[in-house]
Amino acid sequence: MTWQRLSAKMLAVHPVQEVIRFLPVLIGVLFIGRNGQGQLWSLIGLGIAVVSGLLRWFTTTYQVTPTHVRVRRGLLNRRELSVPRDRVRTVDLTARPLQRVLGLSRVVIGTGRSDRHDEGVTLDALATPQAARLREELLRRSPVVEERPAGSELARLVAAWMRFGPFTLSGIATIGVVVGSLANIVNETRVDPAQFGLLHSVIGHITSVPVAVAVLEITVFTVVLVAVLSSLAYVLAFWNFRLVRNEGTLRVTRGLLTTRSTTIEARRLRGAEISEPLLLRAVGGARCQAITTGLRGRGAEHGGSVLLPPAPIGEARRVAAEVIGEATPTTTELGHHGPRARRRRHTRAFLFACAVTGLLVLLWWLARWPAWPWQAALALFPIGVLLAADRYRNLGHALVGRRLVFQQGSLVRRRYMVSAEGVIGWVFHRSFFQRRAGLVSLTATTAAGRQHYTNDDVPVAVAVALADEAVPGLLDPFLVRRE
Amino acid sequence: MTEPVIDLRPPAHLVHRRAMLFWATRAALGWLFPLVGELLWLLLAAGGLPALIIFFATGVLALTHLTVMPQWRYHVHRWEVTPQVVYTQSGWVNQERRIVPVSRIQTVDTERGPIERIFGLANLTVTTASARGPVHIHGLDLDVAHRLAAELAARTQATVGDAT
Repeated sequence: MTWQRLSAKMLAVHPVQEVIRFLPVLIGVLFIGRNGQGQLWSLIGLGIAVVSGLLRWFTTTYQVTPTHVRVRRGLLNRRELSVPRDRVRTVDLTARPLQRVLGLSRVVIGTGRSDRHDEGVTLDALATPQAARLREELLRRSPVVEERPAGSELARLVAAWMRFGPFTLSGIATIGVVVGSLANIVNETRVDPAQFGLLHSVIGHITSVPVAVAVLEITVFTVVLVAVLSSLAYVLAFWNFRLVRNEGTLRVTRGLLTTRSTTIEARRLRGAEISEPLLLRAVGGARCQAITTGLRGRGAEHGGSVLLPPAPIGEARRVAAEVIGEATPTTTELGHHGPRARRRRHTRAFLFACAVTGLLVLLWWLARWPAWPWQAALALFPIGVLLAADRYRNLGHALVGRRLVFQQGSLVRRRYMVSAEGVIGWVFHRSFFQRRAGLVSLTATTAAGRQHYTNDDVPVAVAVALADEAVPGLLDPFLVRRE
Repeated sequence: MTEPVIDLRPPAHLVHRRAMLFWATRAALGWLFPLVGELLWLLLAAGGLPALIIFFATGVLALTHLTVMPQWRYHVHRWEVTPQVVYTQSGWVNQERRIVPVSRIQTVDTERGPIERIFGLANLTVTTASARGPVHIHGLDLDVAHRLAAELAARTQATVGDAT
């Protein structure tokens, strides 16, 4: 087997990417022309980034043998990463705009590794047809690549779903990035923001109107901005979304500028998760994610396990049911955890409101803060009651056949549907107050998704019975019956 | 309610008595930093009454912690290993029971920090394919830890599959 290189076109992509990343600095240097020490260092940084990008191409090679995928990288510190092919769970192809233009795709190979201190097996990037061939080869156990059947489509983006865009709040992150890079430019170029005419007149306007009007204006402006940016982010991320089931795999393709195509091996699928952030829930929307070994449901890999864009809750349930092969877990009535669990929800909300209000009262009293913060904080008490009631209503568990269903949360309500075969351990956690109330937080640990799924404040006997029923025999030697 | 209530019994074995010394020493080292800092403040920077009050409050807190915590932990920390299952109980104010099937174990190792070596103790760590699954048994006698590790490693080898 020969060692292969990444696509040579990456030699062109790396410098351009780095230049874009350093754009604020370059603008500062080229157009403002106030050379300073900081800018010089930034330019040196740019140079190093470009050179190391180029070096990465020269030092990275990979090899696909009948049994292993191997990647070698590093200039001084040579590393060889070797993954047995039967441990490959997912293959993720991503093409950023520039790579798309040049016909390239980045390949990320997901394995069941739980400790991730580095990027794992990432090939950035291959020619797209080559990447697609590699994906087929890795996820199809037979070496012969036959004619591919079309597969059945489970879901596709419906234009009407874009109404959920503003409620995802993903625009907040964009605002953060934009504000950050603007601050960077201002900092690098040392321009006084007040010199700009537009900004100057805006500041003048805000300071001239009454405080209440100014607050209202800023609020409306922010809400509109977040809504617009969130919708934009929705379209960018989920344009052309399709979920297709092929023999043995699930494939998600999506993206307007950056296209992404994730393939999950169905054999490794351990369940599905339906999550409803409060805003999205208010308008009847939900998200749906896969719980699978090789993809953690958070961080950089969050995107990889998405099974559906924010969509109507009915649609999320349908897709989850299709993916896990049964509909009952998505809608089944949940066992509630009783009055003591309810009281704990209320106690916590009450204590939180007390703590915040108490702190603000102290500051008002001792540090001469204005009175309105603690007066406003009084609203936390009724809000806390509502939140606690909702948190209790949403808290529950069920066992449907061999599938464990956990649900909890109010600000984000999540329902996990995990196959009991995927449970590789139990944790019964009891805080001091939980012990007094006879409750326990039951955690099922798995190698899939978030790695652990917890249901809070389950009555002890119920938790033990649930764990015993889900994984029969495991707890037998330790069970005792009390009258 | 006459219906029998189902519950888990605690694991069978206590950890070694010397574990109490280990926990106390570790906690004492932790308390050393704030106490020394406050003492310096009191003596060198002439912190006056507030510094004195804070110093004594910290001291009382540390003493209470050092007398209560190790004994409490000793009564909570328990372990049991059967041919099928590793079962542990740990914690003090907050307590935790962990159960891992032997067939899902990925690695078994014994670890000894400097303080543990002083007291002839070791702790056993059993990991599974879940990042949240590791089970630690702290404060085992060195011989017991080695014997358990060997036993579990042998049993783990006998299972097939990739334990996910």
